[in-house]
Amino acid sequence: MAQQRISAGNRVFDFFNYFLLGLLAVITVLPFIHVVGSSFATSAEVASTKFLLFPTEFSLKAYEYIFSTDTIFRALGVSVIVTVGGTLWSMFFSTLTAYGLSRRDLVGRRVINFLIVFTLLFNGGMIPTFLVVQQTGLLDTLWALVIPVTINAFNMIILRSFFLNLPQGLEESAKIDGANDFSILFRIVIPISLPAIATISLFYAVTYWNTYMHAILYLADADKWPVQVLLRQIVVLASGMNYDAEAYSDVPPPEVTVKMATIVVATVPVLLVYPFLQKYFAKGALLGSVKG
Amino acid sequence: MKRSETWRKIKRNRLLYLMILPGLLYFLIYKYLPMYGLIISFQDYKPYMGIGGSEWVGFEHFNRLFASSEFWMIFKNTLVLFALQIFVFFPIPIIISLMLNEVRHSFFKRGVQTLIYIPHFMSWVVIVSISYVMLTLDGGIVNAIIESFGFQKINFLLNDDWFRPMYILQVIWREAGWGTIIFLAAITAVDPQLYEAARMDGANRFRQMWHITLPAIRNVIIVLLILKIGDVLELGFEHVYLLLNSSNRNVAEIFDTYVYVAGLQQGQFSYSTAVGFFKGAVGLVMVVFANWLAKRFNEEGIY
Repeated sequence: MAQQRISAGNRVFDFFNYFLLGLLAVITVLPFIHVVGSSFATSAEVASTKFLLFPTEFSLKAYEYIFSTDTIFRALGVSVIVTVGGTLWSMFFSTLTAYGLSRRDLVGRRVINFLIVFTLLFNGGMIPTFLVVQQTGLLDTLWALVIPVTINAFNMIILRSFFLNLPQGLEESAKIDGANDFSILFRIVIPISLPAIATISLFYAVTYWNTYMHAILYLADADKWPVQVLLRQIVVLASGMNYDAEAYSDVPPPEVTVKMATIVVATVPVLLVYPFLQKYFAKGALLGSVKG
Repeated sequence: MKRSETWRKIKRNRLLYLMILPGLLYFLIYKYLPMYGLIISFQDYKPYMGIGGSEWVGFEHFNRLFASSEFWMIFKNTLVLFALQIFVFFPIPIIISLMLNEVRHSFFKRGVQTLIYIPHFMSWVVIVSISYVMLTLDGGIVNAIIESFGFQKINFLLNDDWFRPMYILQVIWREAGWGTIIFLAAITAVDPQLYEAARMDGANRFRQMWHITLPAIRNVIIVLLILKIGDVLELGFEHVYLLLNSSNRNVAEIFDTYVYVAGLQQGQFSYSTAVGFFKGAVGLVMVVFANWLAKRFNEEGIY
């Protein structure tokens, strides 16, 4: 009797649990489906059908429109360059630093680690950082999106923890064979750390693709704006495809389908890497937070 | 004797020092130099004079700050958003983790996880843009639905009553799923025998959650809470800046957006640096305090 009551209770519990979680997942992705669906619909259908998930009439008009000018190609080009270049740049320096600091026989590593962790708790803030970026001559160059964020302290700590957990015997035996620290890192440590390297690379890549604040802080030249800044112009400021502030009033605000299509274009690269990303990141994020 | 030993160690590892040198230079130039730059908040900083040549004014900027009603408006807005983060957002990933932990079909569990992680990888611009197209007065689906039920349309984007709910819903939408990762990982470390024992004692699923799962992840919860409190004033420049407009400014302006406008748009470098300095100092004090509190309650803390 008691046994049966518990299992009935369990069934009710399970039902609600599965139902609510399923609902949560659906609610999370529904907006994206709505946006993607609407971007492929005709303007008339978007205006008449309120809750559009899948268009009845498939239209590429919005995409034809946004790709009819150079603007979006230029912005996408900037984002691709910053993402690929920035990821390589950041990974190179993060890996070197993380490996050096993972070696237990490095005198002073505690002090250095503290100095790096401290930057997570306190920083100079926007204006002093801006002044340093200005003084180092990066304003209005794409380097301004990369150099001031060369190493993300969290990412570096995740990598360091990963290297710390590698068996120490590896390095010792390589040393006996006459390898120096650089060849140990590049020939032995990196090849066996590929899952961690991949995770952190993808974290960097997503951050660079999504870069927005630094672009509006450091780049006055609209030709160098990445796609996220363009997206804001088109959707939030509804200012058409034209960059010029004076031209705002002449250009009609972009149609809803055009806004939707721009959102899709700014998001697609992340959605494309996501399946590859997912395999690794749970582990990577975990390592970082446990040892952080 | 001991000194020469250390020196030998350093010399033997000179390649390692060479490796970390670029990284250290990066932190010195782009993290520590700005901290040094904070001294302009005690100066009347003139860009062409530099830090060396600008006139010292002591606490003048801070006095002006604390005397302005603008400052207290921003202070309040920042605190309200912070409170929403702690009291509304923070428990949600924990609840979702507890729910996911009860799922026995790994296919279903993985499916849900895959979907709810996605928004974390979208930029704030994308999240805010999606909200815009959905919430706009002309043709946004949310208002279309409201209208179809016979209610008045709501101008979510330009209404200061809706800014805070919109802000926290977007935070939940973007981060709640991602936030479960760490709790789920902590839950996997719980000894399954504990659940068996509890079942023997007749504990139902809720009681098992309450008496076994939650206490087991208590430490992780506390660590994350400390980190969150330390982030007290990091409410996200990008997010708030994107939502900010002249009609919701009195509830939406926070320290970060104010520093941007006063500093970079109006050129009040010293004054806005003082605002940023105040914000950073409060944040630091909060982490230290939260950590001290955690230790008093015999928890591990973060350092």
